[in-house]
Amino acid sequence: MREMLKLLVTVAVFSTFSGGLLAAVRIGTRDRIEYQKVKFVKGPTIKQILKGCSNDPLVDRFKILDGKNERNFYVGEFDGKRDVVAFESFGKGFGGDIGIMVAINLENDKIVGVGVTTHSESPGLGARAKTDPTFVTQFKGLPIKKEPFKVKADGGQIDALSGATVTSRGVCKTVSAATETYKRLKAQILKNLKS
Amino acid sequence: MAKTVVQEFTKGLWAEIPPFRLVLGLCPTLAMTKAVENGVGMGIAVTFVLVCSNVIISLLRNVIPKQVRIACFIVVIATFVTVVELVMQAFTYPLFLKLGIFIPLIVVNCILLGRAEAFAAKNGVIASFADGLGIGIGFTLALGTLATFREVLGNGTFYNIPVFGPSFKPFSFLVNAPGAFVCLGLMLCIMNMVGKK
Repeated sequence: MREMLKLLVTVAVFSTFSGGLLAAVRIGTRDRIEYQKVKFVKGPTIKQILKGCSNDPLVDRFKILDGKNERNFYVGEFDGKRDVVAFESFGKGFGGDIGIMVAINLENDKIVGVGVTTHSESPGLGARAKTDPTFVTQFKGLPIKKEPFKVKADGGQIDALSGATVTSRGVCKTVSAATETYKRLKAQILKNLKS
Repeated sequence: MAKTVVQEFTKGLWAEIPPFRLVLGLCPTLAMTKAVENGVGMGIAVTFVLVCSNVIISLLRNVIPKQVRIACFIVVIATFVTVVELVMQAFTYPLFLKLGIFIPLIVVNCILLGRAEAFAAKNGVIASFADGLGIGIGFTLALGTLATFREVLGNGTFYNIPVFGPSFKPFSFLVNAPGAFVCLGLMLCIMNMVGKK
């Protein structure tokens, strides 16, 4: 019995120590890991849609609690004014979830840029949403109106990628959803930008 | 019988170089030698875990009861592997993405448990440190050699830098899975021929 207890205690002490050490390392590296993830996964898309900004949007970011989810907002500074925010939204594509970064100008409520961050669309077809810039640049400069964005076949204003209608619809839907989020959170975004 | 610390260190570099002589740790050896960067990165990660776990296990070798030693060894190894994983995510994120699942899989790498059981649990701290470092560097060298061979001939590059002119047609067979087995087999063959007296 004593022997059993000794074994139990040894393993318990070992596990406790390692658990404590790991918790410490995790807390120590958490911020850096988050920054690295942002930099390598979302960084290229953010840089692309906020081209020409005079700050580093990856550093200039803030969070807003939207319902249960936290959303990251990346600020772009143009001509000395911090009035563009980019944020990510997710929607359904053909092969799974598509992550889309949408940048919006707060002053005139127009879309500054749209870019695909993550997707699992078919290579050569839907994947062109990310690789072919002519598709996503169609959103550039469009004002946010009441009606959602649609592909031309559905009576909208966006030329779909040929052979990838489902993906194109998914992108339009996700961008529309992003504008809804933007409208809902605009007051909070403005407050965060000022502070 | 007692070997010097230098001998403990150097045996890992040639006489007991892990993948070629002990034929242990073959899973990362096969999977992670597509490119030199991956191979060396994997080797360094394993070396760090090996040195740390060897030292800790050697320090605690009289405290750990015989019946639960394997469980304790694994806890120590797993802890250091997770530390490596977090640190890699924080500082070398692209490399972390390339190594992927093989970082957590270091835990079940036979070299680590093998050294803990066969060496660190029976020897002093300094000898265990030397043993861990030697075996770790030997593993890194082995992965580096294999990766150099495969990347240069299979992809025409070394550390992502092209080495041949544009007219070079790479043997892409070598960077695929069957190529890994063929390369490892040839390497073992060469090592056995050299080692024979």
